[in-house]
Amino acid sequence: MSTKKRRDIQESAIRAFFFACGILAVLVLVGIFLTLLGTAVPAFREIKIAEFFGHTRWDPTSPEKAEYGLLSMIVSTLMVTAGAMLLAVPVGIGVAAYLSDVAHWRVREVLKPVVEILAGIPSVVVGFLGIVLFGPALAKLFHTANGLNALNGSVLLAIMSLPTIISISEDALNAVPKAYNEASLALGASRWQTLVRVKLPAALSGIIAACMLGMGRAIGETMTVLMATGNARSFPHGLLDPVRTMTANIAIELGEVPYFTTHYYALFAIGLVLFVMTFAVNLAADVVLRRYQEREQ
Amino acid sequence: MKRAARKNVIQALGFLALRLSMALVLAVLILFLYDIGSKGGGAISWEFLSQAPRKGMTQGGIFPAIFGTFLVTVITALLAVPLGMSSAIYLNEYARQTRLTRLIRLSIRNLSGVPSIVYGLFGVILFVNVMRLGTSVLSAGLTLGLMTLPWTITASEEALKTIPDSYREGALALGATKWQTIRTNVLPYAVPGMLTGTVLGLARAAGETAPILFTGAAFYLPFLPKSLGDQFMALPYHLYIMATQHHAILQVRPLAYGTALVLIVFVLGMNMTAIVVRYRLRRKQR
Repeated sequence: MSTKKRRDIQESAIRAFFFACGILAVLVLVGIFLTLLGTAVPAFREIKIAEFFGHTRWDPTSPEKAEYGLLSMIVSTLMVTAGAMLLAVPVGIGVAAYLSDVAHWRVREVLKPVVEILAGIPSVVVGFLGIVLFGPALAKLFHTANGLNALNGSVLLAIMSLPTIISISEDALNAVPKAYNEASLALGASRWQTLVRVKLPAALSGIIAACMLGMGRAIGETMTVLMATGNARSFPHGLLDPVRTMTANIAIELGEVPYFTTHYYALFAIGLVLFVMTFAVNLAADVVLRRYQEREQ
Repeated sequence: MKRAARKNVIQALGFLALRLSMALVLAVLILFLYDIGSKGGGAISWEFLSQAPRKGMTQGGIFPAIFGTFLVTVITALLAVPLGMSSAIYLNEYARQTRLTRLIRLSIRNLSGVPSIVYGLFGVILFVNVMRLGTSVLSAGLTLGLMTLPWTITASEEALKTIPDSYREGALALGATKWQTIRTNVLPYAVPGMLTGTVLGLARAAGETAPILFTGAAFYLPFLPKSLGDQFMALPYHLYIMATQHHAILQVRPLAYGTALVLIVFVLGMNMTAIVVRYRLRRKQR
């Protein structure tokens, strides 16, 4: 009897341990949020919230008057991300459709790991190629002084978000019930018509979620934009302007800022803005993805 | 008949467009690997791999950066692998579908979307300042460990899902406790798959720069860290410095290419091993 009791206690302890590990993810997420919030709030003792989000000048080290306008960086981030999505979404969906509907299964088995290789290339290497390979090519193409601008960043971020878009879109296409496919073909539709008018609409929510997850990655990407977009603090007027994104600004300034100053707190406030933006995008993608998976079951 | 012909032409054009997008992605990947491989290959020598940088990084090798990346990846693994596996065991073996488990899963998915630089900010506060570990290889490793956690959990859970329920039921029917069942009938079959998926996450961590920028990576430190409290050189950060911060950027470019090649081989080597092992495991399970 006592061995059974001891065993029960042991079992509960083990269960409690695994539960604690499971709950850790929640604690880390909440911890990150509270840490950012707690470190960002002191910034707003000196900075007006309207200035932070509404002004375009960011000049925290100015000897006359420090300015903390984030708007140029928000616009830069959104511009580079939008450019990346414009390139990556059609190509990504195209590749996903190719893998699920056109490629022979043997070809697919080879190409899927190849896409995973692309996902494995570190962002700092992509940024490096932006400097030595893509930047000079863009400069030649558009006759600009150097190719370190928003367009370069968009191209590179598009490449980096492709694996996410491809693999999740492909899953969504494969999850479309076979009966849809067969019914459409039986009615005399071609494979192309079936793909465009039956499978893509049926998988649409999954594909949208895939694109949103890719976008979340592009918004939060740091090293590539830090290295390849020129980092000018001015307001961007076009894709050929050099830009400084929010992530790049944190990376540039956090190393030199004295701890626990308004400037330091302001950098954490940027981190909080980034966290909230990516969290919202990912959460939305998650809701879309869950809803369509529930429907499948 | 004419309509049927048009249908075929449209299909051919459509499929061509899909093939072209695949070709484009392949071309980009080949261009990447060719550029790094051809230009980085020339920089690789025994001296480059085994010595410290000299003369303001314009000569010598990258051994401290290789060692630092290896060391920080080990720390990352020590934090992320046991916690990730335990968390996955809870989610797949113990948890019922409650609001709390939904919250846990939601957190895990959102954690994997948190920007890496934000993990860096969190690491600066938690490990460098609050826990007083300073900017050190330990702080950087722990920051990367937290970042890798959601990937190791997801990968481990996938591996646990592939174990058939009959394995568990067999043990339970014989009177084994829950933990005995997991230990003897689930884990032995799941651990290879769990580790494989985990390696993919670690490979990503090894290539990350943003989280270690302010938690412990050093600009130029031509010797090895003596303890976990020291700063360290890392391959990704070294490449960043060589590509953007060095005063003689063009002069050090061959060394930057060499560093990029070593980093890619390091990361993709881990990736490929994991992919190959996973492929083999899947075939064996069939």
